[in-house]
Amino acid sequence: MRFVDEYRDAGTARALSARIAGLCEPGRAYAFMEVCGGHTHTIYKHGLEDHLPPAVSLVHGPGCPVCVIPMGRVDDAMHIARQDGVIMTSFGDMMRVPGSHGSFFDANAEGTDIRMVYSPLDSLKIARANPDRRVVFMAIGFETTTPSTALTVRRAAAEGLRNFSVFCNHITIVPALRAILDSPDVRIDGFVGPGHVSTVIGCRPYDFIPRDYGRPLVVSGFEPLDILQSIHQLLRQLRDGRCEVENQYTRVVAAAGNPVALAVIDEVLEPRPDFEWRGLGRIPWSAMRVRERYAAFDAERIFAPPGARVEDPKACQCGEVLTGVIKPWECKVFGTGCTPETPIGACMVSPEGACAAYYNFGRARHRATGPAKELSRS
Amino acid sequence: MTTTRTAAGTRTAADRSESGVLGRVEAARRRRPKLRDTHITSAHGAGGKATATLVDAVFLEELRNPLLEPLEDAAVFSADGTRLALTTDSFVVTPLFFPGGDIGDLAVNGTVNDLAVAGACPLHLACAVILEEGLAVDDLRRIVASMARAATDAGVSIVTGDTKVVQRGRADGCYVTTTGVGLVPADVHLGAARARPGDTVLVTGPIGDHGITVLLARGELDISADVTSDTASLAGLTSRLLTAVGAPADGPGVRAMRDATRGGVATILNEVATAAGVGVIVDEDAVPVRPTVRGACELLGLDPLYVACEGRMVVVVAAEATEAALAALRSHPLGVDAAVIGRIADDPPGMVLLNTAFGGTRIVDLLVGDPLPRIC
Amino acid sequence: MCLGIPGEVVEIRPDRPDIATVDVSGVRRAINIGLLDERPPHPGDWVLIHVGFALSLIDEAEARAALDFLTGIGRAYDDELAALRASSID
Repeated sequence: MRFVDEYRDAGTARALSARIAGLCEPGRAYAFMEVCGGHTHTIYKHGLEDHLPPAVSLVHGPGCPVCVIPMGRVDDAMHIARQDGVIMTSFGDMMRVPGSHGSFFDANAEGTDIRMVYSPLDSLKIARANPDRRVVFMAIGFETTTPSTALTVRRAAAEGLRNFSVFCNHITIVPALRAILDSPDVRIDGFVGPGHVSTVIGCRPYDFIPRDYGRPLVVSGFEPLDILQSIHQLLRQLRDGRCEVENQYTRVVAAAGNPVALAVIDEVLEPRPDFEWRGLGRIPWSAMRVRERYAAFDAERIFAPPGARVEDPKACQCGEVLTGVIKPWECKVFGTGCTPETPIGACMVSPEGACAAYYNFGRARHRATGPAKELSRS
Repeated sequence: MTTTRTAAGTRTAADRSESGVLGRVEAARRRRPKLRDTHITSAHGAGGKATATLVDAVFLEELRNPLLEPLEDAAVFSADGTRLALTTDSFVVTPLFFPGGDIGDLAVNGTVNDLAVAGACPLHLACAVILEEGLAVDDLRRIVASMARAATDAGVSIVTGDTKVVQRGRADGCYVTTTGVGLVPADVHLGAARARPGDTVLVTGPIGDHGITVLLARGELDISADVTSDTASLAGLTSRLLTAVGAPADGPGVRAMRDATRGGVATILNEVATAAGVGVIVDEDAVPVRPTVRGACELLGLDPLYVACEGRMVVVVAAEATEAALAALRSHPLGVDAAVIGRIADDPPGMVLLNTAFGGTRIVDLLVGDPLPRIC
Repeated sequence: MCLGIPGEVVEIRPDRPDIATVDVSGVRRAINIGLLDERPPHPGDWVLIHVGFALSLIDEAEARAALDFLTGIGRAYDDELAALRASSID
């Protein structure tokens, strides 16, 4: 696969790995946060940490929209799905996320009609095919996914499709990064920045991180070599005493982002004064809602879900995991009370949550099993 | 604002406690899982952790007996001095017809394969259908004709059956259950628990074809690809393999065969690791996956290791029999792309490790339920 | 957080200028290209696909330059290793 395979080469990885080790000052430890769950997934799926020296550790950030959806919003979604004649559509990622009374799958077992879609546009198809039903799209995601939802709403309006609406849970990355950087015991030396968010918002919105918080950030692609190279660039900045926003992902990310996407977001959606993040609590101006102009397509206005706040479970230390204060395995309930089958906290909910990724893929690293010997290939 | 600490000093302390935590996690994983669900959800049918928990907590709990206990694809027992294999399987698939097959040949091949991987020579099948009001008789004819063809290809007859009809909306057009019986040669001894360190792990061809074909054939994802189901009878392949290398009670030969259906190859490898208490070490770049299947998986965020096959099996064979096994498999049309994908190790027990093409290592665990398309 | 996959544009739908057929390793899907209005893609262009939308055009020149740098690191490393091996034989 072009633009994929060439970034998965083990030989180049070993070479980069040697350079990374060479950039580490003796006796100094480095902690870098990969903000995005997609990066977390890549890191574990490819065993990327095996290429990092012991001095470099990765902290898995809050960039997994599925993980940070608060239970109350999942409950609200189910409330909407239970209304007469509703078909709810959702990305596969959301199907297993627990609310306070189970997940979408559990709700389907009790009679709701929640269907998986690949694209928000598929929801429009379902709405056209079922004129007597009300189709509600469960919109989740960071800025990468937001323009797709906005364009879908605009399309529904243009078609006059009256039985379609969105339950908008889109969130924005910058306020979350600020919340992490403002937390008192944050221990992060630099950021691997979310490349696909930057396809939309560009690189400039991160300028505050070097400026106000003195940490470098490298906007990174999603293949394993992209991430290794970004770590290499972060270390080089630290070695050279620089602190900047750099773009490693130049093949995809333009510095200014995608103005068309930004315009369509702005036309359809507006910032919410306040939104709750699972594991991080309330963060002002950190999410989007449907503008008045498109009120007819706003499931929150149409169905007025209860909007009850559900406290994060007490035992759960997701907030500390998300800010890099503790590692997944340091959480009191990790792997015993909280597992991918029975997740208590946000980070265990989705395969790209920090704890789930570590549990599913990463446990092997610390069993002192070296890579297996080469098999004789016939 | 950077924290400095001696990397070496803190690492060991951290690692010790980390391995302590991981030890506790492993212990928790080895305990029998509790069924916490109050209702059946789709995850219980996906062949992953939820299925295993349900089978253990409900079926095994009530029906426990020595033949059921190993939870192999077929039960092997002696009657009147003859070794028999018995298996049954239900088939529910949407759509009923898909590129490369339909529910008819799927139902015959699936049961034949459960017998074949038990080392049996399939004899006869029984077939029970549940039909939904409104199913077109022509569709039913197509399905049964396809069953007949598959049975002929596999060298079995369907000798008894049953038909029920349920109200419209109570079934997905048609459900098929097939039960099969086969003869097991006296000198064939197979079972996932027989895998031992040093053995080789093979697959008989590219993985994930069936699962991706059916997923795309539903049309919901609007994705088209030139990929067809791999549904096929493995009886000829298993008999060729057993003829070539055998499966003796002791001595080198085939240790275990499993057809990788729901949950894909990853699930089978985990079953082997658990049953034998061994580690399974797999090389990612040795696992055959068709480019189109890989493309669909990348696009949808799926891992081909978990995608269903219907005509592929995982074979565990003694190291010294590897070359002969590979040659036997490759000499058969269904095994031309057979490949060694890994080996059995004594560590880590009960786990599957993947050496990634990128030069790292990761765990391949059982999934909870079906692999879901991801956007994240 | 956001699964984005590179795909090659094979056709722009004549009746729907905002829809392109995109190929990923032999797998095809209709993708909305409305977000690329500033510079609509042509057949042969590569785009980044996310949830059925093209998010950005992939800049092949940039990709080549970045990859040359990476493979350069790889080559330099191989040469070093070879030199090390050679010196240890002496």
